[in-house]
Formats: sequence, structure tokens, C-alpha cells
Amino acid sequence: MKKIAAAPYQLWMAIFVIVPLFIVAYFAFTTDSGAFTLENIIKTADYAPIFARSIGFAALATVICLIIAYPLAYIIANMSKNVQSTMIMIVMLPMWMNFLLRTYAWQTIIGNNGIINNLLSMVGIEPIKMLNTSGAVILGMVYDYIPFMILPLYTVMAKIDKSIMEAAGDLGCNGFQSILKVTIPLSMPGIISGITMVFVPAISTFIISKMLGGSSNLLIGDLIEMQFLGTSYNPNLGAGISFVLMVIILIVMAFINLIDKSDQEEKVII
Amino acid sequence: MKKASKYIYLTLMMIFLYAPILVLIIFSFNTTKSHSVMSGFSFKWYQQLFRDSAIMSSLMSTVIVAIISSIVSTVLGTFAALGINSMKKLPRSATLGVNNIPMINPEIVTGVSLMLLFVFFAARMNFKMGYATLIIAHITFDTPYVILNIMPKFRQMDKNLLDAAADLGCTPMQTFFKVTLPEILPGVLSGFLMAFTYSLDDFVVSYFVSGDTVQTLPIKIYSMTRRQVSPKINALSTLIFAVVVIVLIGKNIVEIKREKKLNKYKLHRRGEI
Repeated sequence: MKKIAAAPYQLWMAIFVIVPLFIVAYFAFTTDSGAFTLENIIKTADYAPIFARSIGFAALATVICLIIAYPLAYIIANMSKNVQSTMIMIVMLPMWMNFLLRTYAWQTIIGNNGIINNLLSMVGIEPIKMLNTSGAVILGMVYDYIPFMILPLYTVMAKIDKSIMEAAGDLGCNGFQSILKVTIPLSMPGIISGITMVFVPAISTFIISKMLGGSSNLLIGDLIEMQFLGTSYNPNLGAGISFVLMVIILIVMAFINLIDKSDQEEKVII
Repeated sequence: MKKASKYIYLTLMMIFLYAPILVLIIFSFNTTKSHSVMSGFSFKWYQQLFRDSAIMSSLMSTVIVAIISSIVSTVLGTFAALGINSMKKLPRSATLGVNNIPMINPEIVTGVSLMLLFVFFAARMNFKMGYATLIIAHITFDTPYVILNIMPKFRQMDKNLLDAAADLGCTPMQTFFKVTLPEILPGVLSGFLMAFTYSLDDFVVSYFVSGDTVQTLPIKIYSMTRRQVSPKINALSTLIFAVVVIVLIGKNIVEIKREKKLNKYKLHRRGEI
């Protein structure tokens, strides 16, 4: 009985995960009449600036997330056990507000007639253009995905044996050195999974760029969306772009995994 | 780290994390439609919310899709975890590898790939995208999380229990319901909850597979963000957020209490009290 228990699930995943990916590949390498072509892949080169922008924004957002999430996770992991779970709850709570609305809220905060500019005009400062800039898109990415960085970092750090830190202190490390030589190497699995969990959604988003970036900050996600549901219907080109996006992500992940040597099954759970 | 700088950092992070949430909540009590100028306090958007049939029906669709797909994926995932657990190394890692695809793949690719599949079949089998395709898509991205929650429970389970049950005359079916299921139940429940919340909140995949007949709440919100989001949506999200906060605080209190009891018990066992 046990042998066949997974069969319905395997069938399901074959039909709704594997087959659709093959369909994407099929569309990516055919014309709309079904003939083989490489045109869809070659055409993505026309969008090289958009690809470069997506990769750059996503990489920058990931780095910023890591830099500001690391101290936070460290502070929380060193609090008393009861406070830790409360703090993590508080950090994750914003995720329960619909993320489209959270992003929209930033629009009203940083808009030209938004809250920040209203406050600035009260003290007599000229309004600053923040909305519809590349900075706004990166802000949106950092804000929306930072919980995905904090959580794995905290999970790994909470498991680090405190006596190792004490040992480092006894052996003459100052606080900064022991973080550099003990905490960071031991929290590597958390860093790696945090990086992937922020980078992948950031590079493929189309909502954040649409809501905060105006028309001059198109990302790969916007390109794909336009080919399927937007103004320029062309599923073959859309599949081609999706295909290239998947390849980019696979390359990035393979590169990241080179650094990481922890057990595969464990890693996903983090 | 210096104490003061630690608290300053925590405060700044909290301001960053909660600024948009506060803005959303505050403007749900506004008297006008504005999202940046507060002109007065009122509950009028809350009253109008319940009379807005479009928002209410999209809320209903969201809940229906989330309930059905999380239940189906919990059942599918529980049996799958049972099967995966007794597999040999190679099929096991192959199955878990496929399980990772929907979690690692960008949501937009999952959405687009399912859309292409559904369009392909819709053209040949004469159906329209709607509830069915939404639920299928949600089950597809929910189930991996269910399995992920259950697998560790199998690893923690004492294998001798199964032998004991068999020795005492349980059929495999009885063993499953009387021994295995109670042991893995916490994982099944947390998997179900995770699946439910992912379904409730999903926008990207739903956006591509919902067709134009069904609108879930996130899709409704998205269509509003192109013009202006009605404060009624702020009111609805504030209510949902309040429910979540109450539930989570309750859960946290229960957990802390249980932990305290457990610690007391441990100390007691060691003869320290």
C-alpha cells in the first residue's frame, strides 16, 4: 500500500509541473504555426537592457536585504527564548497584509503628493521625486522580500551553540572578530537560502516595477506578462523570455550552491 | 553590541516594516478617498464594505479556492509523504527534486506554464479557465509545502511503533490511521495551514490561470491599483489583519505557557524544585 501512496501525487506533479515546463520549452523554440525556430531566444537579446536591469536590481535588493537583515536576525537570535518567538512573530506579521496593498502603500508614502513630501512641504522643503524611480523599485523589492531573508538567517543563528561564541571570546576574539570568524561561517546555510529566497522573486517580479517604477523601469517579469496578458500578445516570445529567465536563475543558483555544501534535504526546510 | 544601538536598530527596522501597514490601517478610517491626506475619522468604508457585492464575491471566491485546494493538497501530500518515506534513495530524491520545482521556480513561470497548459486543453476540450483551473493551480503549488511540513515528522517517528502495531495485529490500513497519522498530525496540520495561507494570498499564479470569469481578492485588488484602491479594501485588509493578529497572539501565549510548564516539569524531574 505504501508503494502506491505517492502515485497520485507523482501523476499530478507530472501533469501540472513537468508537462507545463515542456510546453514552455516547446513554445520557446517554435513559431506560432509550430515550426522549429530559435528566433524567440535570439529576440530576447533585444531586451538585454531589461535583463541587465532586472539582474542588477535583484542583486542590489538581495545585498541590501542581507546587510540589514543580518544584524536584526543576530539581535533576535541572542534574546531570551520567549522573546525570540514573539519577535519573529512581529517581524513576520506584515506578511499577512496582502503584498499588493503593502506595495501600494509605499506608492502613497513616497508619491509626489505622498506622505513624506507632505511632511517635507510643512517644514518648507521642496518635494522630492521618489516614486517612479529605480530607487523606488529597489525599495519595494527590499521591503516585500526581506522577511524571506530574516527567517532563514534567524533559524540558523538560533541553532548556533552559544558556548562556541564564548570559546571564541576566551581564545581572544573581540565581539566583532567572533561574529566574523564564528557566526558568519556557521550561518552560511541561512545566508545561502536567504539569498535565493530573495533573489528569485525579485528578479521575476512584475508588480513592484509596475506600481513603483513607472514606465521607465520595466523588468523581465513585465516583459513576460505583456506577452501573455498585456498589450503585445505573443506566447512564443513570452515562453522564450521565460526560458531564458529560468536558465539565468539556474546558473545563479548553481553558482550559489558551489559555496554551500550543506545537505540538500535539510536546506529546503530552512 | 551596545545596548542603545541595538534598540535604535530594532526601532528603525520596526518603523520600516510597519510604516506601510500603519498607513493602510489609518486611511481605512479616512472620511475621503484620499490615501495621503487624512481629513477626518469615520467608519463609513467599513459600512460600505459589506454592501459592496463585487468585493464580497471576490472574497468568497478566494476563500472557496483556498479551502478546496488546501484540503485536497493536504490529502494528496500526506499520502505522498507516506510513499516517499518508504522509497529507495533514487526515486526518493527524484520525487523530492520535482517537489522543489514549484517552490524554486519563479511564480510567474509557474503561472505562465500552467496557463499554456490550460489554454492548450481549453481549445481542444471546450472549457474556460475559472474555478477549476484556479484550484488545480493552487493544489500544484500548495502540495510541495504540505510534503515539506510532513517529511521531518516521518524522520522523527520511532520505526519500532509500526512493527509493534503489526505484531499486535493491525492491518496496514489500521496502522496508518492508529499509529502513523497521530504521529505525523502536527506536520499535517501545519502543512494545511501553510497551504491555506499561500492560497489565500496568491496573486501571480492566479492572475495567469483565472481567466476572466473569476476574480479572487488579490486579483480584484490588482485591478484597483491601476487606478485608485478603494478605502473599502483598506477596511477589509484591516479586519483580516486584526483577526490574524488576535489568532497569532493567542497562539503565542499558549506556546509560551506550554513551554513554561515543560521547563518546570524538566526541572522537577531533575529534582531542582
